[in-house]
Amino acid sequence: MKKLRRKVYMAAGYNTVSLGTGRKEFNPKKERPGLEHYIKEAGQGTLKQIGGGKNVDEGAIGNFMASRFNKQGHLAGFIPMIDEDLQYKPCIRTEGACASGALSLASGIKSVLAETADVVLSLGVEVQNSMKAIYGADVLAGAGWFKNRKSGHAFFFPGQFSDRAGAYYEKYGMEYARSGMRQWFVNAIENARLCPTAQEYENKVPDLAGLYDKMTPNGKSFVDNLNVLDCSKVSDAASAIAILSEEGLERCGIPKSEAVEVISIAQVERNITNDPPDRTELTAIKKAVKQALEMAGITKDDLATIEVHDCFSIAGILTTEALGFAKPGKGAQFVADRNTARDGKIPMNTTGGLIGWGHPTGGTGVHQAVTIWEQLTGKAGEAQIKIPKDRPYGMTINMGGDDVTVVAIVYKRGDL
Amino acid sequence: MNYDERLQNVSVLGAAGKMGSGILLLTAVEMADLSLKPENKGKTFCLNAIDVSPQGLAGLMKYLKVQVQKIAEKKTVMLREIYADRADLIENECIINEYVFDVMNIVRPVTTIESAYDSNLIFEAIVENRDLKTRLFSQINENNKNKPYFFTNTSSVPIHTLDEGAKLDGRVLGFHFYNPPAVQKLVELISLENNSAEMTEFAKAFAKNLRKIIVPSNDKAGFIGNGHFMRDALHGIHEVERLSKEMPYAEALYIINKVSQDFLVRPMGIFQLIDYVGVDVVKFIMEVMNPYLPDEDLHSDLLDKLFEMGVKGGQNSNGSQKDGILKYERGNPVAVFDPETKAYVDISGFKEKCDEKLGPLPGSWKPWKAVNFSRGKKEEMLKTIFTETNKMETLGAELAKAYNAKSNEIGNYLVSSGVAHNVEDVNTVMMTGFFHAYGPVNKYLK
Ligand SMILES: NC(=O)c1ccc[n+]([C@@H]2O[C@H](COP(=O)([O-])OP(=O)(O)OC[C@H]3O[C@@H](n4cnc5c(N)ncnc54)[C@H](O)[C@@H]3O)[C@@H](O)[C@H]2O)c1
Repeated sequence: MKKLRRKVYMAAGYNTVSLGTGRKEFNPKKERPGLEHYIKEAGQGTLKQIGGGKNVDEGAIGNFMASRFNKQGHLAGFIPMIDEDLQYKPCIRTEGACASGALSLASGIKSVLAETADVVLSLGVEVQNSMKAIYGADVLAGAGWFKNRKSGHAFFFPGQFSDRAGAYYEKYGMEYARSGMRQWFVNAIENARLCPTAQEYENKVPDLAGLYDKMTPNGKSFVDNLNVLDCSKVSDAASAIAILSEEGLERCGIPKSEAVEVISIAQVERNITNDPPDRTELTAIKKAVKQALEMAGITKDDLATIEVHDCFSIAGILTTEALGFAKPGKGAQFVADRNTARDGKIPMNTTGGLIGWGHPTGGTGVHQAVTIWEQLTGKAGEAQIKIPKDRPYGMTINMGGDDVTVVAIVYKRGDL
Repeated sequence: MNYDERLQNVSVLGAAGKMGSGILLLTAVEMADLSLKPENKGKTFCLNAIDVSPQGLAGLMKYLKVQVQKIAEKKTVMLREIYADRADLIENECIINEYVFDVMNIVRPVTTIESAYDSNLIFEAIVENRDLKTRLFSQINENNKNKPYFFTNTSSVPIHTLDEGAKLDGRVLGFHFYNPPAVQKLVELISLENNSAEMTEFAKAFAKNLRKIIVPSNDKAGFIGNGHFMRDALHGIHEVERLSKEMPYAEALYIINKVSQDFLVRPMGIFQLIDYVGVDVVKFIMEVMNPYLPDEDLHSDLLDKLFEMGVKGGQNSNGSQKDGILKYERGNPVAVFDPETKAYVDISGFKEKCDEKLGPLPGSWKPWKAVNFSRGKKEEMLKTIFTETNKMETLGAELAKAYNAKSNEIGNYLVSSGVAHNVEDVNTVMMTGFFHAYGPVNKYLK
């Protein structure tokens, strides 16, 4: 597909709080809201802005592993629970590990393109504080090839990205690499402090860089090349957004200025049974980004802000390279020089990303879209950045597994 | 017999008790780890959990399972390596469950002492009763061909009396854990002159593998920890008795408790500590120690009186503090038991008056928690607080100085009377075993 054959918009985004360590209301010993609560809150949050369930043609929900985290499969069945008017409407659940959310977006976009729907309610959810991290690691390992589980690390995914970090250290130097990873962490927390739903919203550590430096990676208790600050959070949260055609916008009474237009979408799948061809590169992300930019007819320099999938700080660094902002090995420098900070050359993850806002795995893809919609339509509150007139585009990159399922989407405000 | 062989068959006496259960847990884990070493494949490791209480043993097994699971969850990275050759164990959960099974599989909960006849090592943590301990040791020793080591956890019985009474030929030493053994880092090691070097070496190696800090103590009643605590407690009691000549008893007790906690920057006041350990236990330890101390009278009428009235303290099974000398709400003292009226007197009724009498805390004062965990700044904070206290002439400051002087004196006495090898050991015991922020032998307060 060279261009989308029909105009597709997104509007009416909503995020629940990202609950987990860091939030004051989080108490691992007390009972917490379950899947139903999050799905309902996020779904209703969006429906309220588009005139209710009666305006919706279809529902799509992204979720990774409720079947294990919550012993609950069949999540599409929860969509009609959000609003009576969704009863008997077509619904689908999408799964692509941590890219499940963006697959829900993709599903909605495709329905609108196929003209089978004018308004799709897209959701993403994960409730993963239901178990201790050591068992959660087993569940999340499902995003990799199970045949590799036995030889993998107890914390399987941190182990995978620790190996990537290790390869990067070896090629370009550890201290150098960590200077970039440290700044990535600092940006994440500083941005999260501006977003009331972020898990790190209440983080008050005065010297973030100092804290980071104190925590030398220790393979005996965790993984060899990452500390816990290099990792995204264990989160319970849901996000929702409406995906609409022009008719859909009209039906819901949403002016184009309050919506973002989807300019392009690229969806890429890499063979899960293969190891990454080069641990210092995210090849699937590179491919997806290239396709999305080409379809949009723009270059990376036309982007005002990007939501990238920083499940680990090293993934953030490698993504800046995959995007072409830095040559291989120069990503750490690019980040260390504050180019990706909120006042930098290309602000990334302006509400904290996966490390600062939180990472409800199956919900993250939708959360990224909500953030870009907020930024491009001026609804980001305290976290709002300036969107330059000559660079009006936003982008989301959602990744599942170790660079296996990738969805990249380019957006622009609907009336521009 | 090498280290691993010694640990192939072990018995814990009193395994269902407060101390016994912790000792059993630590030993079971250490033994399981040995059994999982490649060179020990095929060897059977056996840990007898011996106790007269069947209910207690049932509870012990539950406690074990929960604790071993927590331990396994913390060392899963290592466990994955240990079970690397087990193709059937893939996920963390399977590996953790297997480890829990492997540890539990070593433990045999039994009510019969005969099980100890095959052991190479006997840990003893039964009630603090010298005759009973002697009798059990003697019975096991007569029926056990392995010439086992006897490690006793006694808090106050001199070890040599057990050695002589049970005819063990020096095969006994004090391996004195602190409560709770699984958490407290300190072990007081009380060796006898006729202990073999091999046995002491084994004891040290075992403690090291349990990641404990060892402080050697001589075989003098009470050893270091209780040697200090009992005398420190008596000083507190005497101060209360002295002050009660001028003020109501409950107020005097409140004042001394506050001085020994806040003014001395300790984790809890002396009377809260007595309640924590148990009025009955403290009284009992004093009774066991006293006959060995001809120049001292380690005894308190007040504790006897409280004990008779059923005021005991100690902990509930969930770990919360029972009422004793003080009454607690959410762990904080709220009233003082008055033996005259046999009723608790609310602290709120006289707190303000007493605090005024004591005078303010130094301006630079911080509570124990803030000082003790202030990494690197602790000494400086203590110096600042106590330099200020030294300049103060309030009742609070004066009582604190006297209290610290007494604590100092006890510390030095433990060395001069041959209980401790040096003051550093005394300080280590009080800081690791009692969580004091600084040792009794210090130059902070004058
Ligand atoms: N509690 C402490 O703070 C502490 C600290 C250090 C040392 N110690 C010492 O540890 C020992 C045990 O103290 P505790 O507080 O655990 O006591 P406890 O009362 O909790 O446990 C004693 C256990 O011994 C069992 N027992 C009694 N007679 C027995 C027998 N004949 N055979 C087998 N088991 C028998 C009891 O059923 C009980 O389970 C004492 O010597 C004590 O001085 C206690």
